[in-house]
Amino acid sequence: MFERPLLRFVPNGTRINFMRGRFLGLATSAVLSVASLILFFHPGLTLGLDFRGGIVVEARTQGPADFARIRAALATQHVAAAGLQSFGAPDDVLIRMDTPPADAPDREARTQAMVDSVRHAIATLPGAQVLRADAVGASVSAELFRNGMLALGISLLMILAYIWFRFEWEFAVSAVITLVLDLTKTVGFLVLTHFEFDLVMVAAILTILGYSTNDKVVVYDRVRENLRKYRTMPLAELIDLSINETLSRTLGTSSTVFLAALPLALFGGASLSGFAWVMLFGIVVGTSSSIFIAAPLLLLLGERRLRRDARPAR
Amino acid sequence: MMYYSRLKMASVVAVCLLGVVLCLPNALRQPSAALPWRQIHLGLDLRGGSYLLMQVDMQSITSDRLQTLADGTRQALLGAGLGYRNIATDAQAGTVTFTPRDPSETDADLKALRAMPTAVPGEFSVDRRPDGNIAITLSPAAMHERAREAVTQSIEIVRRRIDATGAVDPEITRQGDDRIVVELPGISDPEHVKRLLGTTAKMTFHMVQDNALGTVAGPGVTLLPMVNAPDQKLPILDHVEVDGSDLTNAGAAIDQQTGEWAVNFSFDSVGARAFAATTQANIGHRFAIVLDNKVVQAPVIRSAITGGNGQIVGGFDAQSATDLALLLRAGALPAPLSVIEQRSIGPSLGADSIRAGALSLGAGFVLVIAFMGLFYGRFGWYANVALLANLVLMAALLSLFQATLTLPGMAGMLLTLGMAVDANILINERIREEVGRGRTALAAMQAGFERATSTIVDSNATALLAHVMLFVFGTGPVRGFALTITIGIVTTLFTTLLLSRMLMVRWYARTRPTVLPV
Repeated sequence: MFERPLLRFVPNGTRINFMRGRFLGLATSAVLSVASLILFFHPGLTLGLDFRGGIVVEARTQGPADFARIRAALATQHVAAAGLQSFGAPDDVLIRMDTPPADAPDREARTQAMVDSVRHAIATLPGAQVLRADAVGASVSAELFRNGMLALGISLLMILAYIWFRFEWEFAVSAVITLVLDLTKTVGFLVLTHFEFDLVMVAAILTILGYSTNDKVVVYDRVRENLRKYRTMPLAELIDLSINETLSRTLGTSSTVFLAALPLALFGGASLSGFAWVMLFGIVVGTSSSIFIAAPLLLLLGERRLRRDARPAR
Repeated sequence: MMYYSRLKMASVVAVCLLGVVLCLPNALRQPSAALPWRQIHLGLDLRGGSYLLMQVDMQSITSDRLQTLADGTRQALLGAGLGYRNIATDAQAGTVTFTPRDPSETDADLKALRAMPTAVPGEFSVDRRPDGNIAITLSPAAMHERAREAVTQSIEIVRRRIDATGAVDPEITRQGDDRIVVELPGISDPEHVKRLLGTTAKMTFHMVQDNALGTVAGPGVTLLPMVNAPDQKLPILDHVEVDGSDLTNAGAAIDQQTGEWAVNFSFDSVGARAFAATTQANIGHRFAIVLDNKVVQAPVIRSAITGGNGQIVGGFDAQSATDLALLLRAGALPAPLSVIEQRSIGPSLGADSIRAGALSLGAGFVLVIAFMGLFYGRFGWYANVALLANLVLMAALLSLFQATLTLPGMAGMLLTLGMAVDANILINERIREEVGRGRTALAAMQAGFERATSTIVDSNATALLAHVMLFVFGTGPVRGFALTITIGIVTTLFTTLLLSRMLMVRWYARTRPTVLPV
């Protein structure tokens, strides 16, 4: 263990014919992405406090949370329409409220005042304490949402520009199409798991994008190198060779990132576990899409162009 | 590629040692004079505390300025013996408009108004409108400047008010054009602070219009509600006799005669003179103490008050009297502030988060190290040494910049560790491939370093792009995440391209192996 490696992912000289299954890969991806898009429109993402606005108060009660008593306490403070939910432990409870309707007077001030009302209500319950109390006004949540989407969009564009600059356009376009497909699947995962979509999730998605791009860059880098090395090899075979050569590395890096994120999902606490599960999902999707989506797309887009120089030799 | 000069090796080792030194303050409890004392700040989500995002009401700054401009216009016109009708302000357009008494006076009006004194040269322009009215328009640049000053001044006053509450290490910063962020570590219930900051505390002294003239609003008179009886309104003259900014001190005390809570205040010399003159001239009339457009008190002046001291009695309790005194001492806000976002975390949740974050970080570190040892042998352990150095350097840079570590930031450190070994994996896999192609140990290692470098730079550059965007557009804890990842990318490039490679090269130079442990 301290001198020679004990384990290997794939033996030297592994040659798996990935390109044979390229249409199956693309079709599976397309089906999953379309399903995710349907999920995105119905039932849709669960927006977190950052993007939805309103208030969230997390409280710890003495013994398991008694929702009826909490509701009664809230009623004494004239707080209505409160959503209650257990959170992590049985004695932890989340109290949620939406912002007042858009036409309500003093909308912002009332959003902020709701937190104090809920605090006063919790104070009437013996032994209960407020762990966390957040209130986000409607104007701020709209702004946070816009900024989150801007960060996502600009990152995608910059990744496109970077790969374009470093490689040829076929590489950049296939990478960004693959990233968008990855992104839709992550959205589908978020809808299915009911993890809240907030700024922390945007951070997770951006990290996944960065990781996934990294993975594609490594494979593409090898494709480019092999394009120079084997001037007459057909593109399909060449891409297959490149994937196989980098397979050990692809699996190695995704394992270490996966292993690093796993403890977060298991012990990171209620606030980070959603983030970590999305990361884990994204690592699996990003790794497989490098092989099954990005590479076949490159083959489709580049079949004529990338091998044009080589053709006359035959 | 395969040669490290002594100087280069010494510098790599020196950087690592410097990292350890910079980390040390975090391990000690007490500041030590021997060390550069810079620690990582714990974010509010780990430490417990409150975050308030406040919006400065820019509209009111414009309308306040327009109000004074309208007063100035009246005085300038009356002073020149000119008349006016329909004087009005429009906060949206930033204008004061009026109709000249007679069209023939228009030129004289323009002349008188253009001679009005201004705070800043070119603050406003005076024009004749096609409909014959005259408009005084504030220049957008001057308004912008005034708004900027108002926010700066607000920050100063917010700081004074918060300091007066005894909060520890408050952070007050400007955000964007018209927002103020207040961060209060250790204060998990910000209700009191919110109330203090939500009060403008603009106190002014006015005369009350005599009852003989009726209780109606008119030019120069406004009906204002009483604090204790909002339904009851008093006609208050707009003219300010004495301004609350002329106060030097204020304190809460129990009034000896009534046993009620009261706020005592004293004027500075300007205020005392004005107060004496006003009370002298208006014995027998009512004057009003107006706080944020509400009448606190409207007593009848019995005698001239010349000492420069006064007292406000308005049905206070201990808390509200103390608060008002604090607000008067700190000064009035130039414009109302309102909270638009608040986040507060109790100390127990913060401690839970630190525990969860540290546990995850430890477990993730051990898993990655075990993986590298199992899958890459000796070179894997070199990567692990670099990983440890990476963690130390990240902590060192975070301490050096006194950056804020948040819970997502801890997640960022963990992911950096997972991603960092990618560079070593790339190099090792490449060496393995080259060995498989029958190259010698030296040639294989050389090829591994050479080929992997551009890939490593490419992959880190794309990750860097995404996280810089996140830092630019993100707020709060998410920025902490982006910052740690960005710092992590820098330290990763150092530890993988220089440190772990150096370990491998040194090992080769020492043992000259013919077979590599791959």
